[in-house]
Amino acid sequence: MTRDNIYQTLETIISEYLPEDVSKESITLQSNLTNELNINSSHLVDIVLDVEDAFKIALTNDDMETMQTVGDVIQIIEQKTT
Amino acid sequence: MKTQSKDIRVVVTGLGVVAPNAIGKVAFTNAIQKGTSGIRFIEELKTLNFSCQLGGMPQVSEELKNKYFTELELKNFNSEGILYAVIAGMDAWKDAGLNVEHNAVDHSSGTVFGSGNLGVAKFRESIHKIDTGNVRRLGSTSVQQTMSSGASAYLSGKLGLGNMVTSNSSACTTGAEAIILAYERIVAGKASRMLAGSTSDGGPYVWGGFDALRILPHNFNDRPKEASQPLSATASGFVPGCGAGAMVLETLESALSRNAPIYAEIAGVALNSGGQQNGGSMTAPNSIAVQACIKEALIDAGITGKEIDAINGHLTATAKDPEEVLNWSKALDRSGADFPYINSLKGMTGHCLSASGSIEAVAIVLQLKEGFIFPNINCEKIHPDILNIVAADRIPRKRIEKTLKYVMKASFGFGDVNACIIFKRKNNDTR
Repeated sequence: MTRDNIYQTLETIISEYLPEDVSKESITLQSNLTNELNINSSHLVDIVLDVEDAFKIALTNDDMETMQTVGDVIQIIEQKTT
Repeated sequence: MKTQSKDIRVVVTGLGVVAPNAIGKVAFTNAIQKGTSGIRFIEELKTLNFSCQLGGMPQVSEELKNKYFTELELKNFNSEGILYAVIAGMDAWKDAGLNVEHNAVDHSSGTVFGSGNLGVAKFRESIHKIDTGNVRRLGSTSVQQTMSSGASAYLSGKLGLGNMVTSNSSACTTGAEAIILAYERIVAGKASRMLAGSTSDGGPYVWGGFDALRILPHNFNDRPKEASQPLSATASGFVPGCGAGAMVLETLESALSRNAPIYAEIAGVALNSGGQQNGGSMTAPNSIAVQACIKEALIDAGITGKEIDAINGHLTATAKDPEEVLNWSKALDRSGADFPYINSLKGMTGHCLSASGSIEAVAIVLQLKEGFIFPNINCEKIHPDILNIVAADRIPRKRIEKTLKYVMKASFGFGDVNACIIFKRKNNDTR
């Protein structure tokens, strides 16, 4: 899977959890999920589950702790899918 | 028991309802005036070998859901009790002319929104995941959808309520108790406005225990609309239901100052328990306590039993209906042709359990506001023991157009708990 493909799938997942006043266009590789995109921290749990389902991988608690930005998530997905 | 001073008067300024026979104030008014039944055959109950395969379930469309919840809130959402509560609660708030598009917290407004058990379908879904070792796959919302305070928690966020936010629970007394607790908080001067209501989940996992108790009708599966027969000679058990009812209570002063619609006033209330003594048990009421509760509400309102124009009973359509009528007769000291009009909504909705008291209270307030008494349906032949106590014309089988001043409500619940509320038609000084 290319980085572009991963990004597109991840963007779709993340956009479901954005607050109403944050648009999908605000998502960049550097965006911090909670601080910048204002995603409720409890929803990180749901994003992890959606990522697991979409990429058929399993994420550990340690993986979750390193997931700060969109780029971090992509990096973890790349590691797990190769 | 000491009566409290009534320096603060409390009025009803908004209504919301999600009932098996109608959703929303206007549709519900129409349904109860016509005597429309909301009881349906439920295929799932048949598949699961229930004796009673009937239920009263509000028909909530996806379109309606989307008006009250965001797409994100509905993701993995599976709690009917919260769904019903949010629709009824937000409708009541809007009906009272209050803002639902809040952007600030209001510390003078709170809620008591009760439930019996909540989010049962979500809880079941979670249990299956946990039992297969997948606790980590529950997602982020299984707590909020199954906690017993879920209804009040969702509503406080949607309405910006900053006073007391809680959910009471007292079985089938829950709805009436919620109104009483909210009323008492306002009378105590601790809040100027409270959203009072209750909700109940439905379906096999809530109703199964009652089916097992053999207190539901099992001979009407092919005639759902005839199954629930309060006060009737042929009553054979209660039809289970679910839904939510809600009303905005506030000080008369607050209502007048913001020119709010005033539906009715709460004149007096009482709560007690029979302590499961003197014939009372976990599942049956102590009649002495029921009568005491009715009398205490009269004292609280400062009126006598002679002044009650109509009663909305608990009257579930079990063998206990005649005993309840006798308790009313003794407590009010009225019988025969002198007995007040008496009706039960459960013929149309079934017994909505923890939501029954609040849904029925909405019906009473509508009766006072519009000047009518809704009909008792499925009561062609009144129970002979009841006819020994009250005259047949006191049990309207057709709608009666009548201006009412005082209407009294009672709810009773498992655990031998009782609640009574006296609603009063608005006066000239309440505009």
